[in-house]
Amino acid sequence: MAYEPPKQSFAGQIFDVITLLVLTIGALYIPLYLGLAGAAKVPDPIPDPTWEALGQNATEQQQWVALGITDPAAANDIITARFDYSFSWTSLIVMAVLVIGYFVMVVRLSDREYREVIEERFGTKRR
Amino acid sequence: MDDTTSAAAEPDRLRLLRVLGPAHVWALGVGIVLVGEYMGWNFSVGKGGMIAGLMACWVAGLLYTCVAMIDSEVTSTVAAAGGQYAQAKHIVGPLMAFNVGLFLVMAYTMLEAANAITVGFLLDTVAGMRGQAGLNQQPFIVLAIMFLAWLNYRGVLATLTFNLVITAIAFLAIVALFVSVQFGASAVPLDFSAITSDPLPYGWLGIVASLHFGLWYYLGIEGTCQAAEEVRSPARSLPYGTMAGIMTLLIAATMTWYICSGLMPWEYLGQAGTPLFDAARVTGSTGLMVLLFVGTAFATLASANGCINDASRAWFSMSRDRYLPSWFGAVHPVYRTPYRAIVFLVPIALIFALGAPLDQVVTFSILSGLLGYTFMTFNMVMFRNKWPLGKIKRGYVHPFHPLPTVVLLILCSTAYFAVFLGYGTQLSAMMCFYIVASLWFHFRRYKFVRRGDQFTMPWPKPHGY
Repeated sequence: MAYEPPKQSFAGQIFDVITLLVLTIGALYIPLYLGLAGAAKVPDPIPDPTWEALGQNATEQQQWVALGITDPAAANDIITARFDYSFSWTSLIVMAVLVIGYFVMVVRLSDREYREVIEERFGTKRR
Repeated sequence: MDDTTSAAAEPDRLRLLRVLGPAHVWALGVGIVLVGEYMGWNFSVGKGGMIAGLMACWVAGLLYTCVAMIDSEVTSTVAAAGGQYAQAKHIVGPLMAFNVGLFLVMAYTMLEAANAITVGFLLDTVAGMRGQAGLNQQPFIVLAIMFLAWLNYRGVLATLTFNLVITAIAFLAIVALFVSVQFGASAVPLDFSAITSDPLPYGWLGIVASLHFGLWYYLGIEGTCQAAEEVRSPARSLPYGTMAGIMTLLIAATMTWYICSGLMPWEYLGQAGTPLFDAARVTGSTGLMVLLFVGTAFATLASANGCINDASRAWFSMSRDRYLPSWFGAVHPVYRTPYRAIVFLVPIALIFALGAPLDQVVTFSILSGLLGYTFMTFNMVMFRNKWPLGKIKRGYVHPFHPLPTVVLLILCSTAYFAVFLGYGTQLSAMMCFYIVASLWFHFRRYKFVRRGDQFTMPWPKPHGY
């Protein structure tokens, strides 16, 4: 006999939608909102900047001016900002385990569900 | 029982209209993605330098060629609304399908938010040039999202025809800028001296890191198959539209890198909000500035438009299968669109568009896309194993299997590392989100799902079951 799912009430449907919304906003938006996540790009401004000291040739200086930035001091942070790509191998391994573990978990649990689907569609339980 | 063929159990219900051709598929794919040339890709230059940006462009192009090849085969065979979601349902299982549906919704909704942010930023830039600095961007962000949601609510044909026109204009604007600069229209010459003076500011690690935003050049091309149920001839239109889209984007991406890298210092380019419009500003030509303003506005609107279309189809499909509350699975009685799904996703897009920085929103979109591409690798292998060639009728068979799958997996692994470099926190947050959502689905939501209804293709029983 085919599996007959329970009928979900309207309130239950609302509850499930709110759960997903809370999950989305809680996991993704709040860390951004609180400034806990961000690009690790840090400016390292030089004192008394000139275009030459900032490593900008004559054409690049023209380009900065055309972009509305005529004062080297205004470009100081942009030019000197760099990402910090140093990382610990431990955090890289943790990240790899997280990604691989996630896919392994999803595929295994999916397979369990898929067998029920196939059994009902093709097997003795076919409606 | 292996030869038993599943009856395509399709209960009587209001269906989506089959009105789209290959040109609409091209417009849907390129329309969503072309904005990647107008903003976001340039952060790859910021992460690795000028050369790294170009290498990221090409390596990402290779990744997406693999995606398009794989996707064309599976989608031309599993021609149902929801695209990769429907594929996962038939090939891997319900939980994977739920996750793929969420990848699509999150990738497209975040991309939609990024587009709206760019519209606001563009208008603010132009207002600043006109001496009206400090424009409040928020009303324009809200207006853009609400207008496009309304357009989607009213009908898919009008929506994608609108996309076809504005995408073509946005693409021609890039070509016009490229040709004009080549013929000396720029007041400032092209300068590629940074290639020799500062070739790899972060070394080889920068090349890997830049792949993160290199994906942005093409992210969303797989969206072509979201409209599979609304395409007149999926087996023909989807591969044609998708592969033509990838070729269009490879050309546009290379031209974009060339012009922008030549007209702007890489340090500026690496953090610019609207790089092609900025390149037009550097030329000093008012005509080009207007053209690229229009191009940027159209590209962002076309992309957001396609994103609403695709995200709502994925949400609609999940709801129709009860992976999400079935209330969202309704089709509008007059416009025949998934109107409740369209409306529901509007506030989520607004929250991120109004409250999160562009690079973070872009990163969330990229990560969801990346998870989806990773899924495609084992999905393709399982598809060929469960239904070997000749077992079922395929609209298109991609060549050199499993080479595209292996290349895609290697490039996806590299891209995870690229995101980890500089944006590891977002990667963690995203993985935690999907793990918790998966557990929620398996232990709470799955009980509402009708098992047998999850397999609707008229195929024989999969090998090994």
